Amino acid sequence: MRVLVLAKEGEQSKAPTAPTPEAMAEHEKFNGELVKAGVVVAAGRLSPSSQGKRVQFDGKKRRVIDGPFAEAKELVAGYWLWEVRSMDEAIEWLKRAPYDGGIFEVREVSQHEGA
Amino acid sequence: MRSPSTRAREGAFAIGLPTAAHRAIEAIWRIESARLIAGLARLVGDIGTAEELAQDALVAALEQWPASGVPERPGAWLMATAKHRATDLIRRRKTLERKYEELGRDVERDQGDNNLDTAIDEDFGDDVLGLIFMACHPVLSKDARVALTLRVLGGLTTEEIARGFLVPVASIAQRIVRAKRTLTEAHIRFEVPGGSERVARLASVLEVIYLIFNEGYAATVGEDWVRPALCEEAIRLGRILAELAPAEPEVHGLVALMEIHASRLRARVGPSGEPVLLLDQDRTRWDRLLIRRGLAALERAETLGGAMGPYALQAAIAACHARAATAADTDWPRIVALYDAVAELAPSPVVELNRAVAVGMAFGPAAGLELVDALVGEPSLKAYHLLPAVRGDLLRKLGRYEEARAEFERAAALTQNARERELLQRRAAECAAERMAG
Repeated sequence: MRVLVLAKEGEQSKAPTAPTPEAMAEHEKFNGELVKAGVVVAAGRLSPSSQGKRVQFDGKKRRVIDGPFAEAKELVAGYWLWEVRSMDEAIEWLKRAPYDGGIFEVREVSQHEGA
Repeated sequence: MRSPSTRAREGAFAIGLPTAAHRAIEAIWRIESARLIAGLARLVGDIGTAEELAQDALVAALEQWPASGVPERPGAWLMATAKHRATDLIRRRKTLERKYEELGRDVERDQGDNNLDTAIDEDFGDDVLGLIFMACHPVLSKDARVALTLRVLGGLTTEEIARGFLVPVASIAQRIVRAKRTLTEAHIRFEVPGGSERVARLASVLEVIYLIFNEGYAATVGEDWVRPALCEEAIRLGRILAELAPAEPEVHGLVALMEIHASRLRARVGPSGEPVLLLDQDRTRWDRLLIRRGLAALERAETLGGAMGPYALQAAIAACHARAATAADTDWPRIVALYDAVAELAPSPVVELNRAVAVGMAFGPAAGLELVDALVGEPSLKAYHLLPAVRGDLLRKLGRYEEARAEFERAAALTQNARERELLQRRAAECAAERMAG
């Protein structure tokens, strides 16, 4: 099954500051382990929400909202698409990540919906 | 004969103990088992003992972790536990005294630097590669290689493998036991082969992975047309292998082939489970991500000089379909050229049949039929349902409906897959209707 892992790093995703080189190295090491295990299908880091846009749908109306967005704790800073055999496996992998803050959300990608 | 620990483990998983701890342990086993068994196989020299030791460690985890909690580094815990058991075991086996000395030193060293993670991470890649080569050793039958690979590298239980292949559990268990015995009796060493041996051994590994994939992709027997779990397992093994042996073009070729084929999984099954053939598929339902990954893997294979490898060539054919936005956009002349190359490399009646399909699309059904007719007497295709299926298709395009109907019915009688049989019978009925209308 495929899961989407959303990194919700809270305030960090508002600031344009890059992570420290040490943190990046730790992350790269962990990511490398995931890739070697055949788990990672895709991955990406998102620019700060100040550079993002939202489109709100209301009937026929479309309203474009400029970032930054207010609900800091819910802001997504990055994502992974993983191929795992169960949600439990995804959780066991995620627990090994070298992070000391933030919330990571794991959601199954439904295979029955069109892409 | 299965060890008590095997039963304990499969029992525990089979009952599906509902506690979070047990589910976590099962997930950890899936993550860790291959490198655990690989590391142990390097120490003790044979897969059978390595797997038993790993499972003993797992049973210990099942006993202890629900109460004590999952340790911070579960992989290191399992390895340490298994190594201690290995020491005990080998101490009891006097005939293996020499091995014991080696192992004793190894365990002492691990305890000395007190950093088990490092000890396990070291060479773990080579260990897993060694395990893959051992489980896929050509001395074993194809069936045995497949079962053993899924067991020790996929971390699947005997029951899960049996379910995947619709074979009784006892047969799979026996295949695995026999495979381990054969490896021991043939004194197969735990190693990553080099030189000219590597080519042949790697071919055997790729064959096993592709067999697993194909059994999932076009189930040869049973009610289901596809069993995606087997495809996922095979792709995962392929991706792991591509990381462990990145300089081997054919590994990337196989990964490309599997990724591109898997991109169609959703589109090749209709709403009621019936097969949908390639040219009838809704291409908007193809998985673009897998296509991109597949094309990238193909490019890697080609960059490494492997464009003419058998898997890379097949992947290049699959890529022709993947690149075409509609069936009508397919570059059939290129596909014919690629099949020419496949036929030159590894001529076979099945390749000829596929080539005939491409010729039929590129240069008209009459040209395709001419090639297919030449294959009709071929003994190896006598029971191959796709020969009459392809012939029926070409005859239908030529308006020879009655002959086409007979061919589709012959094909329906030959296939062992229930879903495919229904599809072929439907096509026979369509031909009968077209004949009436015409």
